[in-house]
Amino acid sequence: MNHIALKMLMGDKGKYIGIIMGLTFASLIMTQQPAIFVGLMSRSYSFISDVGLPDIWVMDAKVQFVDDIKPLQDTELYRVRGISGVEWATPMYKGLLKVRLTDGTFQTCIVVGLDDSTLIGGPPVMIEGKLDNLRNSDSVVVDIDGARDKLGKPSPTPGAAPIPLKIGDTLEINDRRAIVAGIAKVTRTFQSQPVIYTTYSRAKSYAPKERKLLSFVLVKAKKGQDIAELTRRITKTTGLAAYSQAEFQELTYEYFMHNTGIPINFGISVLLGFIVGAAIAGQTFYNFTLENLRQFGVLKAMGASNLILLRMILLQAVLVGSIGYGLGVGLTALFGFAMRNTILAFKFPWQLLLFSGTGVSLICIFAAFISILKVIRLEPAIVFKG
Amino acid sequence: MELAVSCKNVSKVYDTGGQKVTALNCIDLDIVIGELMMLVGPSGCGKTTLISVVAGILDQDNGSCELFGENLQDMSSKDKLNFRARNIGFVFQSFNLLPSLNAAENVSIPLILNGMKRFEAERKAVTVLEQVGLGDRWKFLPSQLSGGQQQRVAIARALVHNPRLIVCDEPTSALDHVTGQNVMTMLKDVAMHKERTLVIVTHDARIFDFADRIAEMDDGHIVTVGGIKAKKLSLNSAS
Repeated sequence: MNHIALKMLMGDKGKYIGIIMGLTFASLIMTQQPAIFVGLMSRSYSFISDVGLPDIWVMDAKVQFVDDIKPLQDTELYRVRGISGVEWATPMYKGLLKVRLTDGTFQTCIVVGLDDSTLIGGPPVMIEGKLDNLRNSDSVVVDIDGARDKLGKPSPTPGAAPIPLKIGDTLEINDRRAIVAGIAKVTRTFQSQPVIYTTYSRAKSYAPKERKLLSFVLVKAKKGQDIAELTRRITKTTGLAAYSQAEFQELTYEYFMHNTGIPINFGISVLLGFIVGAAIAGQTFYNFTLENLRQFGVLKAMGASNLILLRMILLQAVLVGSIGYGLGVGLTALFGFAMRNTILAFKFPWQLLLFSGTGVSLICIFAAFISILKVIRLEPAIVFKG
Repeated sequence: MELAVSCKNVSKVYDTGGQKVTALNCIDLDIVIGELMMLVGPSGCGKTTLISVVAGILDQDNGSCELFGENLQDMSSKDKLNFRARNIGFVFQSFNLLPSLNAAENVSIPLILNGMKRFEAERKAVTVLEQVGLGDRWKFLPSQLSGGQQQRVAIARALVHNPRLIVCDEPTSALDHVTGQNVMTMLKDVAMHKERTLVIVTHDARIFDFADRIAEMDDGHIVTVGGIKAKKLSLNSAS
């Protein structure tokens, strides 16, 4: 009876397409919105991910997330270097500074100061120039998105896109000259501010004068050294917080999850998508069954058992569910592909496929369930009613 | 003579929003194997309820109704379904063909329900469609067929699994006179033989000639059961 179930389903093209569109929409919104959410949340710790080399990040014990800078004294660096199990430890400055652009306007940027001698913690990919160029006087490396957009020079044509910064252009950071010596590719940050890399000592000269300016100490463990053990040892010895890269990412992620409205806002979007998708698909599927009730009655009168009819309805639900799910996921993937080089945050891990798959399955089960109830309760004598 | 249908003291009451409506009131009816019995009477007299009980798709409240010596009410749901699938064919007033299936697929349904493989069932369906004069239209959807042709497909569907009883609900009421006569002629020629029984519910006096006997119903009772001559006499005296 499977082919009959499928022909019944596809016979009414309008209804068939309507059910599939409802499920596609539900599947789309259940993957697209969470993918944006995951993308946005992963940006919250993208700076940590980009600094790949160190095993451990050392910081003030009160730091809650990566942008919550509570500066340390420079002497903390030497204390960390003295702890057994530490292969090397380098300083890092990270702060928000105002950059004066050529047209006189100001743009807040993330300025990162790297260890002068090793330049550890630099951008993951250099597009133009070399990281070593930072050793030249007043030089900085600017991220490509910032260079093209927020730090770009105003176009002479009103309303046109800014002219991207290039190597040799100058900026002004806190009244000090900065020469662009390289363009780098970095993962966009949560606030999507431009990122400017320079040396630690130069960053200190850009930053407003404060007694303490060291943001993080980046630590590499000796070969064979247990990372968890070393973080405990650093904390115990210095009183500072020490996290592995994964722990620091987790700390930042949890902060954004619990202290911002992002999860609840996206949660509402996904929930609404689920409800609207369920309502459209469920209602259309149920209507489809209602309109075919006489046909099911005919089959029942001719000797089709409830089990046969149940299998037919389930098959119909599985088919429309699979097609709707596939189309929804496909559209989400296309959306992600189209947005890959834009400011939009988008990340599509395999867990989202499971999440939306479960959502679409629930909608189909619900729609099939109410339809099955109707068919099971159906009196076959309905067929004799005119 | 062996009985196809034997109803004794059959009653059925519907509860419509707290109001009790007696559809069948102590009905006694015997139909012999090989007979074409027509049930006639005004709307709401209980004809459709009676064939629903006879066909085993509606349970009576009281009395017994045996089909070929078996009481369907004593059977389990599964046995009742199997019995129906094997022994009963249906022809409906509004044809009730599945609109998205072609003629052969529609006709093959009873065979598939009886366990036959799809392609074999469709092959056999085409041979039965040839018997009803639609051999060249087996691929047509119901919407591509005329009313008479659709009813012939429905008759082929009722016959294809060689049932012992065929119940027809107003088989000609949706058709014009000529087509109705043709359908009845074809039904009698193709469907009737000494092992098969037909029960037809109808309003259409023009097809009474096809009946062996006619049971006239009114208000949930069977008023008279007699041959076609008796029925014609009663119609003439009424007019």
